Amino acid sequence: MGYGMAKVLMKGAEAIAEAAVRAGCRFFGGYPITPQSEILEYLSWRMPEVGGTFVQCESEISGISMVYGAAACGMRAMTSSSGPGFSLLQEGISYIASAELPCVIANIQRYGSGLGDIFVGQSDYWQTVKNGGHGDYRTLVYAPNSVQETADLTQLSFEKAEEHRNPVILLTDASLSQMMEPAELPEMCGHDPDVPAWALKGKGDGTYKRHTSVMYSMADYDSYIAEKYRKIERSEQRWESIETDDADLILVAYGISARLCEEAVEISRGNGKKVGLIRPISLYPFPNDAFLDACPRHGWLCVEMTMLAQMAQDVAIACGMKQRVFDLGGGVGFFDTDTVLGAIEDIFSRRRKEVYGI
Amino acid sequence: MKCARPKILFADNKYCPGCGHGIVNRLIAEILEESGDDKKALAAFAVGCSSWMPDTFGVDCVQAQHGRAAAVACGMKRSRPECTVFAYQGDGDALAIGLSETMWAAIRNENITVIFVNNGNFGMTGGQMAPTTLAGQITTTSPGGRDPATTGYPLNVIEMMRTVDVAYLARGALTDPAAIRKTKSYIGRAFEAQRTQAGYAFVEVLSPCPTNWKMTPLDSLTHISKVVEAVYPLGEFADWKMKK
Repeated sequence: MGYGMAKVLMKGAEAIAEAAVRAGCRFFGGYPITPQSEILEYLSWRMPEVGGTFVQCESEISGISMVYGAAACGMRAMTSSSGPGFSLLQEGISYIASAELPCVIANIQRYGSGLGDIFVGQSDYWQTVKNGGHGDYRTLVYAPNSVQETADLTQLSFEKAEEHRNPVILLTDASLSQMMEPAELPEMCGHDPDVPAWALKGKGDGTYKRHTSVMYSMADYDSYIAEKYRKIERSEQRWESIETDDADLILVAYGISARLCEEAVEISRGNGKKVGLIRPISLYPFPNDAFLDACPRHGWLCVEMTMLAQMAQDVAIACGMKQRVFDLGGGVGFFDTDTVLGAIEDIFSRRRKEVYGI
Repeated sequence: MKCARPKILFADNKYCPGCGHGIVNRLIAEILEESGDDKKALAAFAVGCSSWMPDTFGVDCVQAQHGRAAAVACGMKRSRPECTVFAYQGDGDALAIGLSETMWAAIRNENITVIFVNNGNFGMTGGQMAPTTLAGQITTTSPGGRDPATTGYPLNVIEMMRTVDVAYLARGALTDPAAIRKTKSYIGRAFEAQRTQAGYAFVEVLSPCPTNWKMTPLDSLTHISKVVEAVYPLGEFADWKMKK
């Protein structure tokens, strides 16, 4: 492979895989599940090419456990999954967070509970953003809306995982992982697993290191863990605001849904309706700062592919529970730009009921 | 009397009186120090009584999730092939919740060493039935004695592992000094297999649990020689050197 700086046409899933390699990831353990299997397929040949390790594991549980072991040894390590498989990762993610080790998990959302189905969905927002495992932890969560941003945020995920010594989840979906777009991939960067302070390599003539929950060895763990995540919430909010300054209605959407909403904003503006969009890029921490001082006359419309409004709750909280929040959901059937425009029309003509009222 | 112990065991162990874990810990510590491997040892400690070890056993280590120590060890070994990587697990951990990870490490012939302590019950949680519990054995969840008709027969995992290509399999006991010496030689060979990159090595140790068995320590040892060893025979069951 000889990618230079030029753009290449890639599937989103492959962009995650290649960007991970370029970010210095040299360990991947995972299990096939649609729509993320392309990550395994890509890394099955790409990891050996760069001297890394690829393991097709017996389960997602084994995959995250191997990532735990590799991360403990200073490696940049990753696993990926979707739907039911992502549920199986939660115990391991909790252990890795409790031990304060870095790793990256790609969650390629499909729709539905139980077996669900392999098509696009955003119904794993709460599980991903509100710590799906047990205990007192959070994971940073990044939600790209294009193949380019998928590559960029994959690289950022590895950096932030190490900066905060915490798992980072890259949250995309079936459509972003399956569609092809041109993307400029990051330059290859090296990673020396001997450098991180936490890297196990044998105690040598020194003292031994142990990786277990840091609560066992910290005098003031309670204050420490609260401040750790407060700091992340202050410093790591990311979002994009589009035409929000004079907006009468602001849409809120992440990932693929935000692509539709961008188009809806453009069409609405062309029709004389002042509509804007806030696109959260970090979902944890949720970009509350984006909502400061905004008070659109008609309120907020959260557009997400889940029928039981999930992110809408975070929008309501970001607005201090003092503004009208509407939702537009999708499930087995999903919305398109016209559906979003229809909802906007309903809100402007006061025909739609809010999900969170004043 | 001179009392010396391996430096790795930097604190007294926390096991119940008469428990076999302390002896197994010591055998591993002696072997690692005698070979110099202690300086490059990485351990994945299981959940259960094994999870005392990060507090007393001074090598670089990870506290694995329940049942996942073999997979964590695989992640470590593949990241640091130059290190000596071992998993230390009990029977509930390795054979109940973790049977998949245990077997798949063997099936892939991962170049790791697994030390498996079989004391016939879930010790840490108060003596519930384990996959290794003998037929008829009374535990807190088999108060009428283990009934194979509804709970299956005691699991002999070494017999399962013999069906796949691994470097070394052995089962030892701790019933007297001769048995302890023999078990130490098995554990030593299991680390030798890794050192020579022969592949996966697994040593099962029949270990007393007087607290949960409600026996004296001495009676527990007699019980192992007279009853447990008939179900779980001692010896070496796979040896990479014999294959060549």
